[in-house]
Amino acid sequence: MSAQTPNTGPGIRHEFRVLLVDLSTRRTHIVLLPGRETYLGGSGLAAMLFEKYGDPAAPWNDPAQPLIFAIGPLTGYYPLMSKTVCGFLSPYHGQYAESHAGGRGALALRFADMDALVITGRASVPCVLSIGNRHMEIKDAPFLWGKDVFTTGKMIRHMLSGSGHRSIWRIGPAGENGCAYACINVDTYRHFGRLGSGAVMGAKNLKAIAITGDASFPMPAGSEAYAKDFQEVFKLVTETSMMSKYHDLGTAGNVAALNELKSLPWRNLQATTDAGIDGISGEKFAKDMLLRNTACSGCPVGCIHIGYLREKFMADNRYLYRQVAYDYEPIFSLGSMLGMTDGFGVLGLMDAVEREGLDCMSGGVALAWATEALEKGVITEAETLTPLKFGEAAGYKAAIRHLGAGSNEFYQRLAQGTLKAAAHYGGADYACVLGQEMAGYATGETFFVSETLSFRHSHLDSSAYSADQKQQDKDAPKIVAGFVKDEASRCVLTSMVGCLFARGVYTPERLGMALSSLGYKGVAENLDAAGEAIQKLRWRLRMRSGYAPMNATIPKRYSEVVTWKGGIDTVYMEELRKTYAAKLMELGREE
Amino acid sequence: MKTLIAARMDRCIGCQSCSLACARLVHKRLSWYTAGIRIGSSGGISTGFEARVCLACDPPPCAAACPTGSLTPRKSDGGVKQDRSLCIRCGRCVKACPVEAIVQDEAGSPYVCIHCGRCVAFCPHDCLELGEKNGARVGQEVPE
Ligand code: SF4
Ligand code: SF4
Ligand code: SF4
Repeated sequence: MSAQTPNTGPGIRHEFRVLLVDLSTRRTHIVLLPGRETYLGGSGLAAMLFEKYGDPAAPWNDPAQPLIFAIGPLTGYYPLMSKTVCGFLSPYHGQYAESHAGGRGALALRFADMDALVITGRASVPCVLSIGNRHMEIKDAPFLWGKDVFTTGKMIRHMLSGSGHRSIWRIGPAGENGCAYACINVDTYRHFGRLGSGAVMGAKNLKAIAITGDASFPMPAGSEAYAKDFQEVFKLVTETSMMSKYHDLGTAGNVAALNELKSLPWRNLQATTDAGIDGISGEKFAKDMLLRNTACSGCPVGCIHIGYLREKFMADNRYLYRQVAYDYEPIFSLGSMLGMTDGFGVLGLMDAVEREGLDCMSGGVALAWATEALEKGVITEAETLTPLKFGEAAGYKAAIRHLGAGSNEFYQRLAQGTLKAAAHYGGADYACVLGQEMAGYATGETFFVSETLSFRHSHLDSSAYSADQKQQDKDAPKIVAGFVKDEASRCVLTSMVGCLFARGVYTPERLGMALSSLGYKGVAENLDAAGEAIQKLRWRLRMRSGYAPMNATIPKRYSEVVTWKGGIDTVYMEELRKTYAAKLMELGREE
Repeated sequence: MKTLIAARMDRCIGCQSCSLACARLVHKRLSWYTAGIRIGSSGGISTGFEARVCLACDPPPCAAACPTGSLTPRKSDGGVKQDRSLCIRCGRCVKACPVEAIVQDEAGSPYVCIHCGRCVAFCPHDCLELGEKNGARVGQEVPE
């Protein structure tokens, strides 16, 4: 590291450059805000902006609530710094939430020269927000309302000039209709998936956001150090085995492994392993369905696997084909969870979910519950409007459309969350909800507690699901201390904003080095403290918006699960839950 | 002289590593756009990627259009050398290029591939090659 003059200006800034958009007044405004060393960017910046512009006591769909998108100091400068953090008040639980997406969005924001985008207000008619380094426009687009995600993407490409270095974020019918787990689709294959950011866009009458990254920045002072550090990270991610699992079979490689470990949820978690695995394993997808890989901008790993779906739509061999991105999570939620053992059938459901703009995990898990509820007679076909049977794709396809459209009272309730529907119809014992509809890891007590209580209710909040896969001491305080430490360090990475798949590459030392060679020396020195402070701030925002971790319980179905370790130790699970909940109360206490 | 050839773009994953490398190492910019090579989706919703990059015309119409001598033909095999200090940012080279291989930044400075090959090592799928013109390995490899 050479001695440097501090960088400041486009690209590298010590304040945050934030674009404020008020859809009610149709005014936009750029502000420069201090706080880089404390809030870093990404997760920290989104929380800072929510504290400034949001109201944790008002409802999620109050037009004044902000929808926030933030990138970090390393975005665009280093490989795999390819994610955008979305901060919002979630329609799912009414509390502060975060969701992350890749695609081209993060680099588009970087090259539009914005650290964050904050959208408030509600447009009088459906509209599209189009921004870039040299333009800013809110365009009326009532004709896009009701259009599915793919059609919307196509139309926007025609409506707005400047293809190529642009990212298009849009919602489908689910977001328009207030589904609590509607996603925002990013560049066709990625999503702000969980906890309903799509409904927040819908409530603002905002159908899509197009961001053009048309600026170019000078190199940081002392750019030799930067080029050298870049080279080192690039080598690690491309020339070593560190990332190979993500581009080889991709995350889908876990499907067979978890089935083998008796940890893959099948048929609404009535089983954790099934002989039908061969039809939906990552190996099967790679062999018969994988068409190509693609990547988020700035990521040479290319973990996005695109499958090929060929469908006969008419007699006389009339076929159409589609390209569908697959991953572990949709294979679980729209595959094993729905008892599907035919990979092509699963791709068909993924395609349907994408069109509606639903989160695939919540959508699949909700329909798995509906299937069991129908079997048990808690609901009837008068509610589901279509037969639902494990393993039968046609019914699920119809149900996915109903879920996006909110076709009747049943689907409207289900679209608010499985537990909300179960509270009305019954069947809460077998609702597979861990804070939100579960991620695909029936690995054991540690994961069930972690997902139930953790900030994003995500399998990426901690390494709980991999801890469950090994023998471990049932030492609740120790495990909880691990969760908390893990979260703080992930807060640092999601503030940069790096892909969590790169957490092995971006050690604290390497992040410090990367920041220093861009001239963010003060930030590099404060990383650990900043991570802990961001963690606490996020919890405070969560508590202020009504989170009561002590009340977050784990449905009965989870105590019946059998994994490779045998049955669930419910006494230990309860102890772990209480210990973690108490710790979270402490983390979220007002200072 | 050797030429950069985007020979195997059907393998491209759209990661933009090549553009970022060219901007960073050749042009000393952070950009995915002001670079000798630029990646865009090849039209439509999901049909792969294509590269906008100099094809090394011989003789190069961009150099013929340049009124200052900022762009001049390379010694052999087509394509151009660039001397930025002579450029008046008139954009005539951009208009002269038949394949949109040259872009201008906000200030009007043109960016074009000078066939140095530095981007090649950054492509994870071996899409790019620095070689003799018409000598590139364009076809697919036999899988292992
Ligand atoms: S920049 Fe365009 S016109 Fe000039 S040599 Fe290359 S391809 Fe030909
Ligand atoms: S060959 Fe050199 S100038 Fe041309 S695109 Fe690659 S790095 Fe840029
Ligand atoms: S580095 Fe290779 S794979 Fe990546 S965008 Fe460039 S040509 Fe495509």
